[in-house]
Amino acid sequence: MKKIIEFTLNGELVEHAVDVQKTLLKMIREDFDLTGAKEGCGAGECGACTVIMDGRALNACLVFAVEADGHDILTIEGLAVDGVLDPLQVSFIENAALQCGYCTPGMIMTAKALLNENPTPTVEEIKEGISGNLCRCTGYKKIIEAIQFVVEDQPV
Amino acid sequence: MKFVGKSVKRVDGIKKVTGSLKYVDDIKLSRMLYAAVKRSPYPHANILNIDISKAEALKGVKKIITGDQFTKRGGLYLEDKNFLAVGKARYQGEGVVAVCAETEEIAKEAVALIDVEYEVLPAVTNAVDGMKPDSPLVHPDLADYQWAPVFFPEPGTNVSNHYKLRKGNSPEAFEQADIVVENDFFVPHVQHVPIEPHTAIAQMDVDGFLTVWASCQSPYAVRQALSAAFDVPLNKLRVLSPAVGGGFGSKAGTTLEGIVIPLAKACPGRPIKLTYSREDEFQNAYVRQGLHAKIKTAVNKDGKITAVQNEFVWDGGAYTEYGVNIAKAAGYASAGPYDIDNVWTDSYCVYTNHPVGGPYRGFGMCEIHFGIEQNLDIIAEKLGITPVEIRRINGMKPGGTTGTGEVVSTSGLMQCLDSVVQDIKIHEKSKPTSPKKVRGKGIACGWKAPSMPNNAASSAVIKLNEDGTAHLLVSAQDIGQGSDTVMTQIAAEVLSISPEKITIRTGDTDHTPYEWQTVASRITYSAGRAVFEAAKDAMDQLLELSQIKLGIYKRDLELRDGYVVSKIYPDKKVAIADLAIGLNFEDGSAIHGPIIGRGAFIPPNIRDADKKTGLGDHPVVFWTYGVQGVEVEVDLETGQTKVLTVASCFDVGKVMNPQLLEGQMEGAIVQGMGTALFEELILKDGKVMNPSFVDYKIPTSDDMPEMIIKFVENPEETGPFGARGVAEPAMVPSAPAIANAIYDATGIRLNTMPMTAEKVLAAIKARDAQNTE
Repeated sequence: MKKIIEFTLNGELVEHAVDVQKTLLKMIREDFDLTGAKEGCGAGECGACTVIMDGRALNACLVFAVEADGHDILTIEGLAVDGVLDPLQVSFIENAALQCGYCTPGMIMTAKALLNENPTPTVEEIKEGISGNLCRCTGYKKIIEAIQFVVEDQPV
Repeated sequence: MKFVGKSVKRVDGIKKVTGSLKYVDDIKLSRMLYAAVKRSPYPHANILNIDISKAEALKGVKKIITGDQFTKRGGLYLEDKNFLAVGKARYQGEGVVAVCAETEEIAKEAVALIDVEYEVLPAVTNAVDGMKPDSPLVHPDLADYQWAPVFFPEPGTNVSNHYKLRKGNSPEAFEQADIVVENDFFVPHVQHVPIEPHTAIAQMDVDGFLTVWASCQSPYAVRQALSAAFDVPLNKLRVLSPAVGGGFGSKAGTTLEGIVIPLAKACPGRPIKLTYSREDEFQNAYVRQGLHAKIKTAVNKDGKITAVQNEFVWDGGAYTEYGVNIAKAAGYASAGPYDIDNVWTDSYCVYTNHPVGGPYRGFGMCEIHFGIEQNLDIIAEKLGITPVEIRRINGMKPGGTTGTGEVVSTSGLMQCLDSVVQDIKIHEKSKPTSPKKVRGKGIACGWKAPSMPNNAASSAVIKLNEDGTAHLLVSAQDIGQGSDTVMTQIAAEVLSISPEKITIRTGDTDHTPYEWQTVASRITYSAGRAVFEAAKDAMDQLLELSQIKLGIYKRDLELRDGYVVSKIYPDKKVAIADLAIGLNFEDGSAIHGPIIGRGAFIPPNIRDADKKTGLGDHPVVFWTYGVQGVEVEVDLETGQTKVLTVASCFDVGKVMNPQLLEGQMEGAIVQGMGTALFEELILKDGKVMNPSFVDYKIPTSDDMPEMIIKFVENPEETGPFGARGVAEPAMVPSAPAIANAIYDATGIRLNTMPMTAEKVLAAIKARDAQNTE
């Protein structure tokens, strides 16, 4: 069964008939071909599917697509505006905060939401903030440094 | 140097931070079908009957296949594997029937409608028991299997490889020793846990061409294996690996590719996709083999180790086509990075009804060092010397000999030891954060050689473009380690053009040249050397043409910033862009044609070891040595161990990209810490009890210790710019260093991984109870 929903996706208002059983993750990946968010576990445990809804990070694998109705969804594909990378994206490259890249979109979206809520987190708050996003490659050090770098680089 | 040795930013960075890189599961092809697999609920069971009638009747189901339609066995070193169970299932979760359908949901529904009748067989759930004469046999037909001649299966038993090493006269050395120490250690199965689960798509065209998109580390090895298994000639089989979301060995061989191919053959023209769930990943992809180790060491009062005797029993799981080589690699490395005259080792790879054991970062080394390095600390304590002193006395130095009798020319182990001792301040005690906590420090050495066939080859092609830019083609896969960037740096250095002017393409057996495998910490070394040679070849062609153009001898020319320049008169130069398609003369004629550099490499002079004794003067290409020092804090009330600081130093030959290398070391340390403290695939009667992130935890950002990363650079003679591999060695000392630190803190020695809070607490309580008696 499908339901028509209306929501903002990466800044554009969209109307879409979606299967009510479908998760938000499946919808953005399958129906909109936005494959930056990944399914790492399908159980909300790894954070690879993280997107931002109304400014807050969430695991898109745990939310039904219909719940996006009337909301604002930002995926990794919407983070760079007009081809200009977000400071977090630049910082991840500069600080070598990615390796295989599979957790990277989710990690960056979590970091983005974290900085939205708390523009000047401490290292402990950064660690806590990304603790729901698993990375098997980096050991996290350079990810934390990349987020710190953006915090320190902000205009006062 | 301009680019090598510099922290050049990742060439795949923008694609990865924008989410635009397409991994295999992101690929959507027209008319794609989706596969699902019916799996055995039993670890060991005969398949009596398969009823697919209800599933076949389901609307949207396209094709159903069973194992008995594909009975040809395959495997990398020992041909013992079928992609779907034939006749019987050998582990819980083994694929028995595969379905493809119009949607994933229909495929899964169809799987639920399939009825399989089993006759449950007694299972082998412990490798040591599996070696007993009365054990059930996992592979009763082992005698009929094919294997590479450097492996020694024992048909009629569960032993799929018995590796022997006999150096010197161990029995005599044990009789004469001042002290003999013997300990048992156990390392359980763990899983690699790449964040990207395994995934593959196969499409068979009507003209017989087969295309496979796989998240795999080694497209050429996968092509070879699939060609043999499904009788498709190599020229009609294309394997693409567009991106790999973490491998750590789990994507080194073939897993689910062999399930989608027969479905694709049955549905010509339609791509078939199969993506593993996390549960599949935990039990149906590779796992790290378990290890039961007995380590016996003879030592003199002066601290010199005179002999070791090892027995390694590897829990290889249901199929050991790859795992037999882990038993071998562990065997020839069994003395550890120490110069010991007498070595006696038996390393057995044993079939069990556990998930399939396979290559995992370290390839046996993490497992054996857990015992070797703890045993060394135990000896040091008995002798009344420090862990550092016993390592100084016995550690490998240039001129020493390995367990196989190879004379070592390069070893920076002592330099690494000095570095780590200083960075971790091994002899200083720091104060715990509470009186109910204790702190301790531990150290461990490690070594590893690339475990690969002697003739493991690499190649590279460099094509110069009309504007002086270049394309670099290799099949070394960037699985996160940063090889795309390092390969580009090497080409950039030799050609003296900036890395931005080079585009690297990988992972397509139709269009990128041969690479044996992206495993064994061999890519920077071997593929890097092929890239070096390809760039040299292109350079040589440019110099040949410039010699004619400029009228200057080749020997007086060099490449500099996109030009061929005279070393003597720098104003005499020609742009490489002007030579890229050949040399044009003033009369309008031209010679040579496009510049295409070709590079090929096989590590030189690696020879088989003696089959009876395991001895050999050059059985591996090189050894990478390193040391880790660790400080832990143990909570005496909960048993919880917190790793506070890790200092690491490895002899990498040449640091190619400091920032990427640091990142790789940090990742290895944290991964090693996870396996040391809490990771374990819990098996009960052959069943995986924790196949999810809820029950199988890997380290999070909260667990991250302070890390001090250092390197020494004793060049590898045949490596590009002196580089050797370090991706796996980086993780080897982690677990024993933590174990030694826990002992230093608590006086408790844990011989079993993982060293969980429960185990530490139970050991503390048992000791306290004993002390009060």
